[in-house]
Amino acid sequence: MTRLSSNWLAVYAIIYMIFLYAPVVLLPLFAFNDATIIALPLSGFTTAWFEQLWGNQTLRTAAINSLIVAISSAVIATLLGAFAARAAARYSFPGKTGIIGLIMLPLVLPEIIVAVALLVALSQLGLSLALWTVVVGHVLICTPFAVAILSSAFRGLDRELEEASFDLGESRWGTFRRVTFPLVLPGVISSLLICFTISLDEFIIAFFLTGTDVTLPVYIWSQLRFPARLPSVMALGTILLVLSILFLVLGEWMRRRAARRQGQDAAAGGAMTGVA
Amino acid sequence: MSTRAEAAQGLRLVSPTFLYVLVMLAAPLAMVAAFSFWTQDYLIIDRTPTLDNYRAALGEPIYRTLLLRSVAISLTVTVVTVLLAFPVAYFVAFRVKRQQALWLFLITVPFWTSYLLRVFLWKVILGYNGVLNATLMGMGFTDAPLTFLLYNANAVVITLAHAWAPFAILPIFVALARIDRSLLEAAEDLGDGPFRRFTRITLPLAMPGVVAATLIVLIPTMGDYITPRLVGGTEGLMIANMIQIQFGQANNAPLGAALAVTAMVVIGTISAGIFLIGKRLGGRLT
Amino acid sequence: MNETNGSAPMIELEKTVKRFGTFTALHGIDATVQEGEFFSLLGPSGCGKTTLLRLIAGFENPTSGSIRIAGHDMRGIPANKRPTNMVFQSYAIFPHLNVAQNVGYGLKRRHLSRREMAREVGEALEMVDMAGYERRAAHELSGGQRQRVALARALVMRPKVVLLDEPLSALDKKLREQMQRELRDLQRSIGITFVLVTHDQEEALIMSDRIAVMFEGRIAQMATPEELYRRPASRRVASFIGVMNFLPARATGETQTGLVVQIESLGEVVLPSHTIPAGLRVDDIREVGIRPEMLTVIFDDAPGPRHSFEGQVSGNSYYGDMTYYDVVLPGSERTVTISMRNTANRAVVRPGNPVRVGWSAESILLFRQED
Ligand SMILES: Nc1ncnc2c1ncn2[C@@H]1O[C@H](COP(=O)(O)OP(=O)(O)O)[C@@H](O)[C@H]1O
Ligand SMILES: [Mg+2]
Repeated sequence: MTRLSSNWLAVYAIIYMIFLYAPVVLLPLFAFNDATIIALPLSGFTTAWFEQLWGNQTLRTAAINSLIVAISSAVIATLLGAFAARAAARYSFPGKTGIIGLIMLPLVLPEIIVAVALLVALSQLGLSLALWTVVVGHVLICTPFAVAILSSAFRGLDRELEEASFDLGESRWGTFRRVTFPLVLPGVISSLLICFTISLDEFIIAFFLTGTDVTLPVYIWSQLRFPARLPSVMALGTILLVLSILFLVLGEWMRRRAARRQGQDAAAGGAMTGVA
Repeated sequence: MSTRAEAAQGLRLVSPTFLYVLVMLAAPLAMVAAFSFWTQDYLIIDRTPTLDNYRAALGEPIYRTLLLRSVAISLTVTVVTVLLAFPVAYFVAFRVKRQQALWLFLITVPFWTSYLLRVFLWKVILGYNGVLNATLMGMGFTDAPLTFLLYNANAVVITLAHAWAPFAILPIFVALARIDRSLLEAAEDLGDGPFRRFTRITLPLAMPGVVAATLIVLIPTMGDYITPRLVGGTEGLMIANMIQIQFGQANNAPLGAALAVTAMVVIGTISAGIFLIGKRLGGRLT
Repeated sequence: MNETNGSAPMIELEKTVKRFGTFTALHGIDATVQEGEFFSLLGPSGCGKTTLLRLIAGFENPTSGSIRIAGHDMRGIPANKRPTNMVFQSYAIFPHLNVAQNVGYGLKRRHLSRREMAREVGEALEMVDMAGYERRAAHELSGGQRQRVALARALVMRPKVVLLDEPLSALDKKLREQMQRELRDLQRSIGITFVLVTHDQEEALIMSDRIAVMFEGRIAQMATPEELYRRPASRRVASFIGVMNFLPARATGETQTGLVVQIESLGEVVLPSHTIPAGLRVDDIREVGIRPEMLTVIFDDAPGPRHSFEGQVSGNSYYGDMTYYDVVLPGSERTVTISMRNTANRAVVRPGNPVRVGWSAESILLFRQED
């Protein structure tokens, strides 16, 4: 629109960003704040809350559980996502819209519904809750993200490239190894990182489906009730935030590298844009 | 490769993922639906089909209130989120020239903070002794802390609008970014001013993105239960909290299932309505 | 014209049919490409050229009919085992590999030593005038360079046949014309059979030894460029290749020297026997064709060709070296197109002016086939 409204738009966007970042900025502030109460004004700098985390055995177990769940979920979801994305990008088959729709459904399904459904199914089958049941749920909610990321990787893979390899005497497996895989590898890594991050942070499904082995978010939830524990929860949250951002930057960098390799416009939106 | 062979190959490829979703999602969802027609007494499930659970879900005031409140809060959250998000998406799509990717990245970063902690931090911000009140009082805007901020539906709306921001901005951004700039120039060339051009070209073409954003926010919001638990107080509790209670402490899974199915049907119907209206408004939806 | 006469057939297509579901893309193609020939498939977009090329390459299997390459039946032999190599329309340069790795891609399976490999790649790049570009990344290449690398990548395999799917269509006009010459000269010097797909009639005429003109999954005519231009088999081929004037006509009798034909506006003329296509049914003649350059404007009173008519110029298009005139025929609303070379002391005739147009019986074309 006009210059004037353009400036207003910029001002609005910046205010909106402040709104978005308000809680994120507070997290490290309270994590390093030398007070047991989570409130302003800040009283001083300390790393005590981080040190406290170190000696916490329950936390360590929860972190290891979370790692197991997140790595398993990321690997399985990326594998399943790769199959679906390849099929969606390359082939047309009967019922395609319905099948892909069902696979993408968890993207809009409330997590509590996924959690409740799995809970009912597991209890009906007489299976007890454990870490693997959390993995089952996390794979469901991660797969749509994997499909979205890998679809764009496979779509950018020109069909003629594989044909050219075949034409030059390479076998199907050789073509996959020498052309297809190297070209989608950055997409695969990006999918692994994003799925890992989603699983690491997921609470509702983990809360419903975990047995006695708790994951990090479930541990955090249990700590929120104890005011004395809050500062170290803030410290833990800060660490998780930094790790998440690290993984995301890495994932985004990979995605762009993939796009550049395939000669696409690398700036055309982030990984999340592909999902939307 | 013939078309038949292609179809077979495609089905073969998609089958592992499809099977997984069928077994782990479709079947359990069907089971929930079946459950909702059964009854439970402590640990014993009675499989005689009955509509009692639905009668309770729709008839008993507590469930009805929670259901209606959930719909109202979800719709409010969605409208607020999408309205707040649209100008940002517009700004990034049309005004930001070189740093688009950076803006999009910055918009998604807060989403990756632990969801629990984000909600908890809103409690810290909005509370009686919270950051917002401290700031407002420190700057002399108010003398006493504002009390309407926390433990009510307002807090739920604010927190959820924050939680779902990237999911609202991104689809709208994608739709706006796809608009061919020459269409806008054509509209201007044919005599439209900025406002008319916006309402006649930009908005209809952005409609698919707006509808996608609406649905992506609306449906999961209906099932949220952390936010109401942490910042909603008693008057901010939603249906998901009750579902959780039924599956947990109350030990009445069939009623929980009926509540879940009812909530999904209601939200599904509303979503379908929004989709159709959007289709009418936007002309085409992808 | 055709230097390959007498050599062995390289590709033999027999009643080759291709269906996609219910849609028939190729209706029984019969054709033979000779060894060392530069053969073109020419036709409008969607006529099945790419499909035919992909059948030869082995990316698709024929629904029925057979394909033989170098005397061997190709049934059941996949693309990676065929003695053909393809230059793709998109060039399909592997984006993650550099030029040398791209060109050497297919050699990897031949277990050459590093030295041999480098030599082969170097020679292939030399052939396409890209020596020294070995380490260039794929995305640093221009359109013309990508095309050269794609060609080198195919040639390095020493295939019996190189298949090219519209390899020049992505290039701009100047570069395209240069590449047409280079590609033809290269093919002549190495003697490998080339099959080129193109929708550009000029390109096909310039480059090919023989051309198959295709419409809707059928070959309409297969001939040398000169024959195709001078003796198009049907009205459709005639109008696809160059510009052609069509005039209603019918046969009225026969003499010892030829066929008497009554042509609208031009009158009765005896067409010499040698210009009449074999197998033509005299009663079926409905129209004749004449190329614009076979109609000449007679500028002075010098004695012109045997036949002439008075017409009026209704429009002209100036091309620099040539001018095309639309001339209204006497006693008719019909116009014909005439092309004239522009010479130093000849002015362009303005619309509205009368002209005298000369023509000869030899240049009148009869069409063998109905469309
Ligand atoms: N894989 C396929 N499935 C269905 N139809 C196809 C397929 N490939 C080509 N066709 C159809 O066959 C016809 C010929 O296509 P093509 O050989 O690509 O034409 P050309 O290369 O001459 O432009 C077109 O109508 C096209 O739509
Ligand atoms: Mg083609």
